[in-house]
Amino acid sequence: MSGYILEMKGISKEFTGVKALSDVNFKVEKGEIHCLIGENGAGKSTLMKVLSGVYPHGAYQGDIIYEGKAQEFNTINDSVGAGIVIIHQELALFPDLTVYENIFAGNEVKRGSFVDWNETIVQAKKLLQKVKLKVNPETLVKDLSVGKQQLVEIAKALSKDVKLLILDEPTAALNEDDSENLLNLLKDLKQQGITCIMISHKLKEVISIADKATVLRDGKTICTLDAAEEPISESVIIKNMVGREIEDIYPKRLNKKIGDDLLQLFNWNAYDVELGRYVAKNVNFHIKKGEIVGIAGLMGSGRTELALSIFGNPKNYKLSGELLWNGKEKKLPHTRDAIKAGIAYVTEDRKGNGLFLLQDIKNNVTVANLKGISSNGIINDNEEIKVAGEYRKSINIKASSLEQNVGNLSGGNQQKVSIGKWLFVGPRLLILDEPTRGIDVGAKFEIYTIMNKLISEGLSIIMISSELGEVLGMSDRIYVMGEGEIKGELAIEEASQEKIMHLATQ
Amino acid sequence: MTFFNEAKFLIKENIRDYGMYIALFVILLTFSILTDGLFMSSRNISNLLDSAGYIAVLAVGMTLVIVIRHIDLSVGFAAGFLGAIAAIFLTQMGVSVYITIPVILVFGIFAGLFNGFLIAQIGIPAFVATLAAMLIFRGALLRVTERTGTIIVNDEKFNALGNGFIPSIAEVNGLHLLTLIIGLAGILLYIYSEFSNRRNKKKYQFDVVSKGIFAMKLVLVSAVIAYITWILAGYNGFSWTVVIMLAVVVIYHFLTTKTVLGRHIYAVGSNPEAAHLSGINVKKITYIVFGSMGMLAALSGILFTSRLQSATTTAGTLFELDAIAAAYVGGVSSAGGVGKVTGAIIGAIVMASLTSGMNLMGVGISYQYIIRGGVLAAAVIFDVMTRRKRG
Repeated sequence: MSGYILEMKGISKEFTGVKALSDVNFKVEKGEIHCLIGENGAGKSTLMKVLSGVYPHGAYQGDIIYEGKAQEFNTINDSVGAGIVIIHQELALFPDLTVYENIFAGNEVKRGSFVDWNETIVQAKKLLQKVKLKVNPETLVKDLSVGKQQLVEIAKALSKDVKLLILDEPTAALNEDDSENLLNLLKDLKQQGITCIMISHKLKEVISIADKATVLRDGKTICTLDAAEEPISESVIIKNMVGREIEDIYPKRLNKKIGDDLLQLFNWNAYDVELGRYVAKNVNFHIKKGEIVGIAGLMGSGRTELALSIFGNPKNYKLSGELLWNGKEKKLPHTRDAIKAGIAYVTEDRKGNGLFLLQDIKNNVTVANLKGISSNGIINDNEEIKVAGEYRKSINIKASSLEQNVGNLSGGNQQKVSIGKWLFVGPRLLILDEPTRGIDVGAKFEIYTIMNKLISEGLSIIMISSELGEVLGMSDRIYVMGEGEIKGELAIEEASQEKIMHLATQ
Repeated sequence: MTFFNEAKFLIKENIRDYGMYIALFVILLTFSILTDGLFMSSRNISNLLDSAGYIAVLAVGMTLVIVIRHIDLSVGFAAGFLGAIAAIFLTQMGVSVYITIPVILVFGIFAGLFNGFLIAQIGIPAFVATLAAMLIFRGALLRVTERTGTIIVNDEKFNALGNGFIPSIAEVNGLHLLTLIIGLAGILLYIYSEFSNRRNKKKYQFDVVSKGIFAMKLVLVSAVIAYITWILAGYNGFSWTVVIMLAVVVIYHFLTTKTVLGRHIYAVGSNPEAAHLSGINVKKITYIVFGSMGMLAALSGILFTSRLQSATTTAGTLFELDAIAAAYVGGVSSAGGVGKVTGAIIGAIVMASLTSGMNLMGVGISYQYIIRGGVLAAAVIFDVMTRRKRG
């Protein structure tokens, strides 16, 4: 190790009265992998935006010393010119362009004033070798898996002579294999002298890869852990992240009363015409009244697709097999039929297809059940405010008023609005798809508590989740999916992380 | 909170909604000063509103089309074509005006539903589908007027829609009595609805604005209604066009703000995928919005034909763009889910005021286009700026 490549000293940044960062110190040594950890809203992304020039010099207080010199980045181009490249969680690739065009987008290989495509392809091949991605550089990016797209992003960063690579939750959308590939690649890059800052929520990854880890909380630096001094442990990180030891992450459920079967699927198939393959194959599944059933599995294993095929089949899969609802065969050709029957689906992508971000809280809560606040098609505004106010209270949506736009709420509160919306429908089966994705520990606990309350009221919940801890902590029974099939069913007593992973990767 | 602070807070919170009204007020004031009050004369205001009518009803429909993230380029020539059909019904076929009008409106609905079919069912982008329809309607208009050229309409009842006024009953000091009565009724209705609204909110124990603000709002709005009524009563009273325009606004305002259908329209515009997953039938909403657009295009065609007392070969040219401009001036957003029916009417009146005011001042047509373009750009800039401040 040869001294610090980056020192950020006393960084403070304010957004109209809210301190996002206050006096943050962050030092990164040359050639190390440094993880940045913190709850959502702790200030990680803001800090990286300060570093990469998204917030120009002068918009924040404090100094950035990079490679021994004080830097004043005014735009992203300034920081990229200095060799700092940031790869965001949402990839910034052009899906309809080829791999080589993407790698050199904005940084074209030129001969004179013209692009030299042949040389571009030759160089792209070299970069792809470096990131160990075996694809034809002429492939369109949209035809690659997310994991491979991530590698293309890194190749793109390498093409810019990156010295300091910043990755914002790079493995959030990847399955275990792709994640491991990526982490190995980062280790390789470290050998080649590239320094790396990684923001991650997955503590296991942090432990396996980090030389150092800095924890942020409420916009302040809490501590920097050094693996060379003492191995970094999960409990120490969590303690620093939340400022308290979490003993009960999952609330205990009282009075379990599990009844008869509510929903049963026999030999259930869903064929995606566009993809030309089965997204759910020969699924046998059942859930009882008052039960939480977890569906574990890797990303893309068909969990969401299975849920949608039950929830009125909005993607128009070709369905076959038998669906029994309360013991009787039932057809649910549209989402509105499913809602009517008593099924609600809280999406994994609340911003994309869950909420109406430009509309206020009350409109979002009532949109799926306007009948409940209207007569003869005419809405009773006051009734609506009353209903929304009740949910705001009962599931603790924190907002300045019911007229606040949902787009301005934090992730946790948005999720609560989503749940409130579906509770107002009066469901008997609630499907929660990644219910705690992207929300902080405190809000997670609240959502688990809500789930337990609903179960005690006789609802059934299907919880789709990639977080094994959550699946094990909350479910009564667990299905593990892989490649559209149910790979196994586990009673909660016999389930363990290892068993689930084993089934999921079969 | 003191009265003044509360007023300031309310204006700041709702600047986006009030912006258009302020802009309209500024425009009216400016022209009044520049024309020594001629602009605000009874006769001019009456003419101005009549000339805004056929664009205003289009702008109402267009606002909803833009709210659900589509566009309709066919409405101009659809209006022209359907207006010509109405003229043919009345003159060459001798159909009664009471049958002609509903039949033409139904034709309009079908024309709109056809656009809806191409867009919702087949999945053609609205821009292309309605561009095709625009060409088809243009051809159809030429086809039906080719033989005869301009078709003169002599039906008095029909022509009254664009030129006539509601009966007066009696004149009071040279003022139109029925107009005064309607205006007074309007004010009373408004005050009643505000009071019952407030009482309802109190019943549910919701916050209401303070008494001072409430009284001020009542006085202000009543004064505006009274002033407009008084001005119009000084000429010939409410014209049929104004009555139709008001009816369209009231009905559409009610539909969009108070009904499940309205909520569904805004939900589809806001986030179509989320709307679909919330059990809303997105296709049905698309059909309804385009069907309504078609009906309003027919209404626009009827008003225009009646105003000119004839159907011409070029009727409807560029109506669609005027309607789109009025909708944008009225605060609709192309990102979908935002825009009010009342805004569309105000937008149409703003654009008509500009034309009328500049005509009175003798501003050349070249400058008129430039200034109207500038106002459109300014409206959208204002919209973008206020939104950014909020987000």
